[in-house]
Amino acid sequence: MEDSLRELQRMQGEMNRVFSGIGQSLNQEAPPLNAWVGEGDVIVAAELPGVDPGKVDISVVGDTLTISGSREAESLKEGGSYHRQERDFGRFSRTIQLPFHVEAGKVEAKYARGILKIAMPRAEADKPRKIAIKYE
Amino acid sequence: MDNTVEYQKKPAPNPTETERTRNRKVYVPKVDIIETGDAMVMYADIPGADEKTVEVTMEKSVLTIRGTIAPHEFEGRSICYAEYDVGDYERSFTVSDEVDRNRIEAVVKNGVLKLLLHKIPKVEAKKITVRTE
Repeated sequence: MEDSLRELQRMQGEMNRVFSGIGQSLNQEAPPLNAWVGEGDVIVAAELPGVDPGKVDISVVGDTLTISGSREAESLKEGGSYHRQERDFGRFSRTIQLPFHVEAGKVEAKYARGILKIAMPRAEADKPRKIAIKYE
Repeated sequence: MDNTVEYQKKPAPNPTETERTRNRKVYVPKVDIIETGDAMVMYADIPGADEKTVEVTMEKSVLTIRGTIAPHEFEGRSICYAEYDVGDYERSFTVSDEVDRNRIEAVVKNGVLKLLLHKIPKVEAKKITVRTE
């Protein structure tokens, strides 16, 4: 009895693994993005492991940022076979709207440890201006 | 029945779950496992981890990958949009006897961990020629 219970638990664990989303991308647009906003700039980070930074295109127009590129699978050696294939490959493209217009010429992008970080300073013309009230 | 004291030992769930002392989310990294004639190659996506923060251990037949991730923080800025959460990575695999446990190579590059598990070469049957005297 105890043994069959354990077996059921093991099967349940295996089912959880299969249906936990590993190995399938459900409604998740790749790559996932996070964004931070400060007074003078906005930073966008994307999880892009195993991508050649030379194959990533970043374009900024006004207040929209587009990240696109492709992630290529490691070439399979001859006679090799997959036991597990959970990682996603292929082309990706994401466009997001930024909270303000940014200075396209001053955008800085860094790629390290599989994370792409893009820092975009706020456009001068878009910065909030303090309006002095004249006393009559 | 409900009030009986449980005197029998309780079997542990399989595998034994360890409790964590760190208050951090843990994610299961996505992996690809490829078997070739003389080796097994495993790729694991662990964005945010590097050679200093990733740990690969082999204990008996269990291979464990652990990656510790420091959440990114930017001074003076607050998060305004989030699609992914940051947490540690952990995943274990049972490795067959075919694998040479002393010859495991691990490389981390661009947030991808590559493990090369060499197989123990098969002992080939040696043919002994029989001569007549």
